[in-house]
Amino acid sequence: MIMSFILPLLIWSLLSYVPFIWHPKVEVTEPGDAGYFTRGMLVDREVFEQEVKKLTSEHKVVPQGYRANPVYLPAPLEVATAFYTAFTTKPKRRNEKWLYESLWDSIQVIFWGFFISSLIGVPLGILCGTYDFFSKLFEPFVEFFRYLPAPAFGALAVAVLGIYSAPKIAIIFIGTFFQQVLIVSNTTKKLDPSLLEAALTLGAKRITLLFRVVIPGIITHLYKDQRILLGWAWTYMIVAELIGTSSGITWFITQQARYKNFDNVYAAIMMIGILGLSTDLLLAKLGRRLFPWEQGVG
Amino acid sequence: MTNLELPSYLTQSDAVRDRFARLKQRPVILEVKNLQKEFKSAQGRVTALNNINFKTHKREFVCVIGPSGCGKSTLIRILAGLETKTSGHVLLDDKEVTGPGPDRGMVFQGYTLFPWLTVKRNVMFGLEMAGRGRMATEEEAMLWIDMVGLDKFANSYPHQLSGGMKQRVAIARALAGQPRILLMDEPFGALDAQTRARMQAYLMEIWQNIDVTILFITHDLDEAIYLADRILVLKAHPGEVQELIEVPVPQPRSPDQFLSSEFMATKKRLEELIHPPQAETENGDRLNMVRMVPVNDAVSSVF
Repeated sequence: MIMSFILPLLIWSLLSYVPFIWHPKVEVTEPGDAGYFTRGMLVDREVFEQEVKKLTSEHKVVPQGYRANPVYLPAPLEVATAFYTAFTTKPKRRNEKWLYESLWDSIQVIFWGFFISSLIGVPLGILCGTYDFFSKLFEPFVEFFRYLPAPAFGALAVAVLGIYSAPKIAIIFIGTFFQQVLIVSNTTKKLDPSLLEAALTLGAKRITLLFRVVIPGIITHLYKDQRILLGWAWTYMIVAELIGTSSGITWFITQQARYKNFDNVYAAIMMIGILGLSTDLLLAKLGRRLFPWEQGVG
Repeated sequence: MTNLELPSYLTQSDAVRDRFARLKQRPVILEVKNLQKEFKSAQGRVTALNNINFKTHKREFVCVIGPSGCGKSTLIRILAGLETKTSGHVLLDDKEVTGPGPDRGMVFQGYTLFPWLTVKRNVMFGLEMAGRGRMATEEEAMLWIDMVGLDKFANSYPHQLSGGMKQRVAIARALAGQPRILLMDEPFGALDAQTRARMQAYLMEIWQNIDVTILFITHDLDEAIYLADRILVLKAHPGEVQELIEVPVPQPRSPDQFLSSEFMATKKRLEELIHPPQAETENGDRLNMVRMVPVNDAVSSVF
């Protein structure tokens, strides 16, 4: 597991720290007589070399510089530093939020979106998976609706729900809910029917069958489904946060990209990754604790 | 086997004949009358079971045997109430069976233990469904678990048990509800030969000591003869009763009897009924084998 993280990190480090690999730009340290060069400017290597050739032939002062990567590829160390400083830097304007506040906003939005979706989607999915009647009643429409991309409802959500958190929660809900119903329904349908038959011969009736056999029978798979769906919800969050007043971690990312602080952008993207992965690992661990009968739930 | 001099399977010793006479005096637990089952398929209606009639008496052990496709599984599923019949009657204690219920315990080939419950909770399941208190239920479940020799595993989950142990739990679970009849659908079919032999012995012991009637489906001839008082032989297309054999092997049974003349005679009869000589080449289901060994090969013939 560690190895799979080391490999991309290694490639990134190679690209950043070994000067003769890639490095298509030159950072000017001494402009010399090249008129439009300024100190710290990034120019294409070709342009730089042309300038050097021209100035040498004219016996003028040659500009100095070293090879560099474009601004959109900061080195790992810069990103790591940014990761720390992003939390400690004061917001530029007084009405802006600290990074941890933005992150907390994002987590709240995703939590409510996912929670409301699950509150309705999971029971509905179980009903559809258990009873043919509900399956026929709901699934065709859900099947249709899930093809409508959630971000397409952005403008509508803002018009109806205002510009703050509500439309963002709505987008995550729309993105998650319809998939959720179908996935949960499908999981329920895959429950071994002989378990239901065994329960029937032991005297279980309809309602007890649902609560004592169907739900415990699928709970481990349901848990896995929820973990996957939560990952999707994170994806929808990025879109959702661009709607209305942009907020949360996405606001931070777009803001920093505007200032060309790409190290901060990478740091923020990584925060999302780390948050997502650690939630998932935590849930996996919790799953092993909750479902002792299931080997390899994690 | 074919050339052995065997008595007829119909010849019964006095003790055996006397026992069957007494057995038929016992009250009837399950009666099947003119049972018919049709399936709708692409080719139209297919009769799976046709005109099935038989009775099982109290504490009798009946095996149902037949070639594949004879509908023996369908039969037991109808008796359990898991499948509907097309016509006819299934009477348990003279009352019509309408759906599944705890008065008919069922043991499936695939164990069907609830994987999320411990052994104890699995056995308690039926008792809880009957609306009994938790405390009494727990005590009673432990009694049954102890009886099938799994008291050390009461708090284990099914995935921690071997196949034979799982099936013992399934038997305990079915018996805990004290059913009138125990329906067993090829319960030992997935077990290896040794475990299967041990399970057969356990089942005999359980049957001898508990007030329960057993209907047992198998495709293993030895198993049927070893376990059953009477064997219901079905034939396929359509599934009909071919013969109801009274097994002449005296009770109580032991593995030594596998080579007794009564056992062999019964087995010979079952072979005739279930594997009729022409069945092999029917509908072209055979290998297209040609000789692929050189004539001058070092081993040119395996014989």
